[in-house]
Amino acid sequence: MTIEAKPAIEVKDLAFSYEESVILDGVSFSVRPAEIFFIIGGSGCGKTTLLRNLVGLERPTRGEVLFDGKSFTHADANSRKEMLKTFGMLFQSGALWTSLTLSQNIALPLEEYTRLPADEIRNITAFKLAQVGLAGFEEHYPSEISGGMRKRAGLARALALDPRIVFFDEPSAGLDPVTARNLDELIVQIRDTFGTTIVVVSHDVDSIFGIADRVIMLDRSKKGIIAEGKPSEVAVDSANPKVVEFLTRRGVKAG
Amino acid sequence: MPASPEMTGARATTRSEGSLLVVSLEGTWSLESSTPRWGTVAGSSKPTSVRLVADGVSVWDTSLIVFLGEALRWCAALGVPCDASPPPLTMRSLATQFESAIRTCGHEDHSRSLTVEVGLATRNVMDHVKNLLNFVGEFWIDSTRLIRGRAGLRWGDCLNEMQRCGAMALPIVSLISFLVGVTLAYSGSIVLKRFGGEIWVADLIGVAMTREMGALMAAITLAGRTGAAFAAEIGTMKGNEEIDALSTLGISPIRFLVMPRVLALGLMMPLLAMYANCLGILGGMAVSYATLDIPPAAYWVEMLTIVDMQDILVGVIKSVAFGLIVGLSGCLRGLQADRNAAGVGKAATSAVVTAILLIIVADAVFAVLFHAIGL
Repeated sequence: MTIEAKPAIEVKDLAFSYEESVILDGVSFSVRPAEIFFIIGGSGCGKTTLLRNLVGLERPTRGEVLFDGKSFTHADANSRKEMLKTFGMLFQSGALWTSLTLSQNIALPLEEYTRLPADEIRNITAFKLAQVGLAGFEEHYPSEISGGMRKRAGLARALALDPRIVFFDEPSAGLDPVTARNLDELIVQIRDTFGTTIVVVSHDVDSIFGIADRVIMLDRSKKGIIAEGKPSEVAVDSANPKVVEFLTRRGVKAG
Repeated sequence: MPASPEMTGARATTRSEGSLLVVSLEGTWSLESSTPRWGTVAGSSKPTSVRLVADGVSVWDTSLIVFLGEALRWCAALGVPCDASPPPLTMRSLATQFESAIRTCGHEDHSRSLTVEVGLATRNVMDHVKNLLNFVGEFWIDSTRLIRGRAGLRWGDCLNEMQRCGAMALPIVSLISFLVGVTLAYSGSIVLKRFGGEIWVADLIGVAMTREMGALMAAITLAGRTGAAFAAEIGTMKGNEEIDALSTLGISPIRFLVMPRVLALGLMMPLLAMYANCLGILGGMAVSYATLDIPPAAYWVEMLTIVDMQDILVGVIKSVAFGLIVGLSGCLRGLQADRNAAGVGKAATSAVVTAILLIIVADAVFAVLFHAIGL
């Protein structure tokens, strides 16, 4: 991780409004390659909206998002598709396609973007499922497995095309502490193994102090960033009482 | 809360000590029984100060807090000091909380002026039109890409849908179109009997089924059966973020979900319509044989004097259009669905209504068109 490296993701002066209400205004930050980057903040602060803007599910009203220095917001349909291929996303509920089995879920992106023969795709899906600890569940449907397993299967799908960036929407939401910690370990493992850039939206304080390299904190009333930096430094140094209160809510002191 | 064995009704008695109004509260205060209201207790008295005494209250709940809160509010409105120190502390702080809650909740006027209503409605309609055009445009682009061989289609999904919307719909289409044939035969014979021309029932049913009813009945059945299913399925997928998952992978939901379904309906609808034609004619034949004594052979020969390939072609052309309409409305409403349970229900209903409306409109347009070109 060198500071001079070109940022993997750059957000320039992004603003987003939904119908009449402004949700984000003047948000700028950059994410370095192979960094675990957290977007944190209380409920309704717009962190999920920011994530949806990053992955192109919403279009910013102003400003732009760049990946590897290339504009994603203003890209034409073809280069946009090329860029979409380079990142994976784990949705809050896993968002597996319920009419397909786990192996079909993971095979779908491979079938769409590669010309691999069927048996090779089968081997790759088995391998990806084993990576997230779901070996042997290939023929299960999403409705037949638990919430934590669905998230891991969703992660396996997000990793199917060996993405350079993986986005996580509230990975620990709805999981018990042990499962949540396992998922955190999996995130670190993916970064260490593949050098993947990780962007996580979360309000789980344990996760933030556990695995985040850097965080930005959003605030509802400011509609933008109120703190940026290493979680331990932000928790101690921030002049903003909201930041300190959020990060030390459970008495987890920076250390 | 303090509990007491004695269960007496709630009472509030007033006593004037000069210009001081003393209100003593007693008994059991419960939301389930009737309790005094401050307005009736205070009446039209105009004291210069009020004291509330709640020593005699045995059991109480929110009803007492409401009473005390109203008292505080009344005093505040008159500008008289209210001495609420005698009641226990919890009671008093709850009453203060109640009083400030009703003061700040504010019953705002949410009604809007006519101009605003008209403006919002117009914008709503324009959003709908924009959505529709976007959807049809994207569908058009994806279909041309498919035809030019620049994009693949998931044929497995398409075959699956064809089975679900085609083969599996056969029993219901059979029943409906057979009964339509029967109904047409009975109503036709009422008129034709007057002229002694019962045999023309065959012509009537032949033309009506092939040109009109076969395609229409198949389309309306599938609008209710398949169109609603498409909307509910896609709507549920949307609520479950499955559509978003497709988009973030750069897979167009139109190509992935809409295309196979619309194509399946466009291919199966003409087949179902022709099948419906046969069953309708069979229904007419059965009624003619049973009630009009027309032998099936005579019925068949008579029908062929008027029905030809042109009539069948008219029905088939229409049914292709109806198939596309049912498929597109189902998918469009599904993609537009709100992300909640009610949204899915609304999408399914709206898919059926949209499809049937458009089918009838298209049918009228076809009638004029075919008349103009003499088909």
